[in-house]
Amino acid sequence: MALFKLTPPYLSGTNRVTDHMVQLLLALLPAIIALTIFFGPGVLINIVLAVVLALVTEAVMLKCRHRPLKPFLTDGSAIVTAVLLAIALPPLSPWWLTAVGIIFAIVFAKHLYGGLGYNPFNPAMVAYVLLLISFPVEMTRWLPVAELNNIDITFTTAVQIIFTEQSPYQLAVDAISGATPLDVMKTQTGLQQTPDIIQQNSAFGLLAGQGWQWVNIWVAIGGLFLLYRKVINWHIPTAMLAGLATISLVTWLISPATTASPLFHLFSGGTMLGAFFIATDPVTAATTLKGRLIYGAGIGLLTYIIRVWGGYPDGIAFAVLLMNMLVPLIDDVTQPRVYGAKR
Amino acid sequence: MTEHYQTIIRDGLWKNNPALVQLLGLCPLLAVSNTVVNGLGLGLATILTLVASNGLVSLFRHHIPDEARLPVFVMIIASIVTVIELSMNAWFHELYLILGIFIPLIVTNCAITGRAEAFAARNPVGPALVDGLMMGIGFTAILVLLGAMREIIGQGTLFSEAHLMFGESARYFKVIVIDDYRGFLMALLPPGAFIGLGLIVALKNVIDAKQVTKTVQTTVASPAIVENQ
Repeated sequence: MALFKLTPPYLSGTNRVTDHMVQLLLALLPAIIALTIFFGPGVLINIVLAVVLALVTEAVMLKCRHRPLKPFLTDGSAIVTAVLLAIALPPLSPWWLTAVGIIFAIVFAKHLYGGLGYNPFNPAMVAYVLLLISFPVEMTRWLPVAELNNIDITFTTAVQIIFTEQSPYQLAVDAISGATPLDVMKTQTGLQQTPDIIQQNSAFGLLAGQGWQWVNIWVAIGGLFLLYRKVINWHIPTAMLAGLATISLVTWLISPATTASPLFHLFSGGTMLGAFFIATDPVTAATTLKGRLIYGAGIGLLTYIIRVWGGYPDGIAFAVLLMNMLVPLIDDVTQPRVYGAKR
Repeated sequence: MTEHYQTIIRDGLWKNNPALVQLLGLCPLLAVSNTVVNGLGLGLATILTLVASNGLVSLFRHHIPDEARLPVFVMIIASIVTVIELSMNAWFHELYLILGIFIPLIVTNCAITGRAEAFAARNPVGPALVDGLMMGIGFTAILVLLGAMREIIGQGTLFSEAHLMFGESARYFKVIVIDDYRGFLMALLPPGAFIGLGLIVALKNVIDAKQVTKTVQTTVASPAIVENQ
């Protein structure tokens, strides 16, 4: 019997960063398609704009920092940041909103900390929070999903609205935009309505918001692809979804008249995007196995707390940044024991 | 002696600037630098306090027991700040209301205690007064610069509400830098202050680094040695 004689290295690696990023972008495709179907072509314009700006900003910063351009520009990390931010922004947000966000993400959240691999905070979420606290009006101009929206937004109208902020007749952004399901849920429960009654509104579907539930399902399909390709591990998404589901289940069982069901929370807003694409960022997430579980569960809990008792309808971005801050501590506390060594 | 004063001046304004190098007194620096006028108001109050406290501490330096020097410093500074607070309340009442708690908090500004401890307690009155003035001006300059940055980025204006300090006729000092500006809230919020101060410190480091290379190039002829620096 012949024995295989294996000598390390066992795997011939390609450029792992580029590989990782390309798979992430592939996995984001279903989400992008779903968002485009439900919210019109503005999503695509935002993505293209964000990617171009991100690459330009990245190149300028690399030049300033005397780093080689090619390996860092082609690794795709700037593109992933850009796409994640672009799909988190409202679909018809003005061009300068995207520009401010991308520049802040790449310059301040990424390069001032030392570039890819050194940033303690998720750049896309830093930019999102910056925009949310600086431009609350523009950041809450979400459109109702296409099925509820009689107006068909064509590609040219979307370009016109995004770049000139001038809308053709009857298409003023303030007139066609509306509250997201999470926002409706927050304001209506604030007005002593029970979630059961709120969800009978036409803006709600079987699981959560009309359209939004499908966006979340499509994002989750992309996330499962990432799991299948072993680009991400199961720990963080599972822990985050479990954390969110557990706390919402507990409060829902205690007080179903004032809090929405776990299903609503799981399929609303940015839950799935956060769980599979944002919390799993290898640079800013916890690295130990136990640490990942704590980190993910923390994001789930904080998201629920911010959604229900906080000032904003969705809390993924804040939750991710808050847990990013705790990552060094979590990693330190959950350091696995070296075999044979004592604690 | 003049050389000595020159060092004091250079230290206060640039080399040992309390806001940029010592990073002292950050709490008022970050909290009230959202407009030029607020920054200037608190800066002037700080200059007055620094000069007076440095002068008094230096005057009494031989009589202050070493073991109890910090309480004595704080008492001196607190008395001065109380005088300034009451005067501002009387003559710049609206600015006083805006600066609020940060005027009494000048007492706890570590730049002031720091100068009393590090300089005034071991130097004669003359240099101590100059040191207080220069440190104060250095602090105020950064406060005003940061205020200008945050005001332009945050609301697109400069010198807004100048009448709080210079009387009604100064209402027209307000310069609208960017027309029809929507406002960038974060610059006016605390994170804007931290990021702004970080950028100013970075700018100072760049200027210093440039200066070092320049002096090295002028004093050392051989480029090979420069490369090894």
